[in-house]
Amino acid sequence: MTPLQVMILLFVAAGGTAVVATREPLRQAMVASLFGILLAILFFVLQAPDVALSEVVVGAVALPLMILVSLAKIRGGQR
Amino acid sequence: MTLRIRRVVFLLAGGTLAALMLGSFAALPSFGGSHGAYGPLLDHLSVPQHHITDVVTAVNFDYRGFDTLGEEFIFFAAVLGVALILRAQRGEVVGHSVDYATDRAVPPTSDVVRVLGLGLTPPTVLFGLYVVAHGHLTPGGGFQGGVVLATGVLLIYLAGELEDLHGLYTEAALERAEAIGAAGFIGVGLLGLAAGTAFLDNTLPVGRIGSVFSAGMVPLVNASVGLEIAAGLVLLLTNFLHQTIVLRAPGRVSR
Amino acid sequence: MTALPFVVALWLLFVGLYGVVTSRNLVHQIICLSVVQASTYVFLLSVGYSKGATAPVFADIPNNRVVVDPIVQALTLTDVVVGAAVSALLLAIAVQLHKRTGSLDPEDLRSRPSQ
Repeated sequence: MTPLQVMILLFVAAGGTAVVATREPLRQAMVASLFGILLAILFFVLQAPDVALSEVVVGAVALPLMILVSLAKIRGGQR
Repeated sequence: MTLRIRRVVFLLAGGTLAALMLGSFAALPSFGGSHGAYGPLLDHLSVPQHHITDVVTAVNFDYRGFDTLGEEFIFFAAVLGVALILRAQRGEVVGHSVDYATDRAVPPTSDVVRVLGLGLTPPTVLFGLYVVAHGHLTPGGGFQGGVVLATGVLLIYLAGELEDLHGLYTEAALERAEAIGAAGFIGVGLLGLAAGTAFLDNTLPVGRIGSVFSAGMVPLVNASVGLEIAAGLVLLLTNFLHQTIVLRAPGRVSR
Repeated sequence: MTALPFVVALWLLFVGLYGVVTSRNLVHQIICLSVVQASTYVFLLSVGYSKGATAPVFADIPNNRVVVDPIVQALTLTDVVVGAAVSALLLAIAVQLHKRTGSLDPEDLRSRPSQ
């Protein structure tokens, strides 16, 4: 295994832990976006460019967007 | 059960499962020594048989097109479910479709965001169309390109207000576009039946390797999937934004 | 060291499950569920990887070059899209639930009588 693969795998493991450890949903959405980008880099290193493209657009753009809009609705109702 | 008991039960059960899974992983071929037989077969067949250079798209839309049909309809059903769950309830008022906050004045969108949003929208839409059209040649395809197209529409919302999106399209037109995309996949599949072979069989002429108009029906399927995903995702976002900004509880209409 | 990808996939699975089990906020639970789904992507792609092989796109390489397994990549692609759709549906349910009951805490919602 190349050092690059080892490093990015460890980053992904740390990123996943960070997503779960962040308890506040607004911050967690940002960490989840970063986790999506790390996953995309891992998929690229594992020679899967199609999947990496998919993961970037879904996990770093579409999913945090939906979380943020839902949180806006939830917070707006809480006041 | 309380949180502590749940945590203990999870650690016990999870520990057992982890031990079993690690034991079974030891029997897998080691990392880097993939033994699959179907994969290399498709690698060798995809270019000479159907002139598709992106083998992942070939697997998704040509050799295993039926599974992708199921996946597309999962997405369609999810958009349908969100539209159903987030519909206007009894007792909710429809306010103006502009951003609002109940406790302070909303600052107007800054000029930088407006310029960037408007400036980035045409390249994003163009890039999305490029990814959809070249799905059978380079990494990409209907799904990725469709999401990029939806992002282009979202940039318009970021640069302005929700009202600007309402001026761009009607929800009925979006729903029709999504339905046409979903039906297009089935329509292309029926072409295979009409030609006398199986459903979703690749029967159109395969063309020259590397040209956009090659690979038989795969560009058509990519286009219809791209249309469906783009329209579906914009519908999804419109539903969420509608729920957040337009539908308000009675007594909260502050503008 | 050669089993590191599988160990990372397993770690992501259990960390995500722990987040789901011990969460006090529905939106936090939904994002932890996406971490669990990410563990399956890592596992699938690690199974298909071949040492020294390149991406399965023949647009610019000769046809006889060794490439990684394209089947698991197609599976993972489907998985990513379905994961996004499921998360969207769950978020919509969470939004409506908060509107009706005013709370996003699973403990709170469990002890409430159904309306």
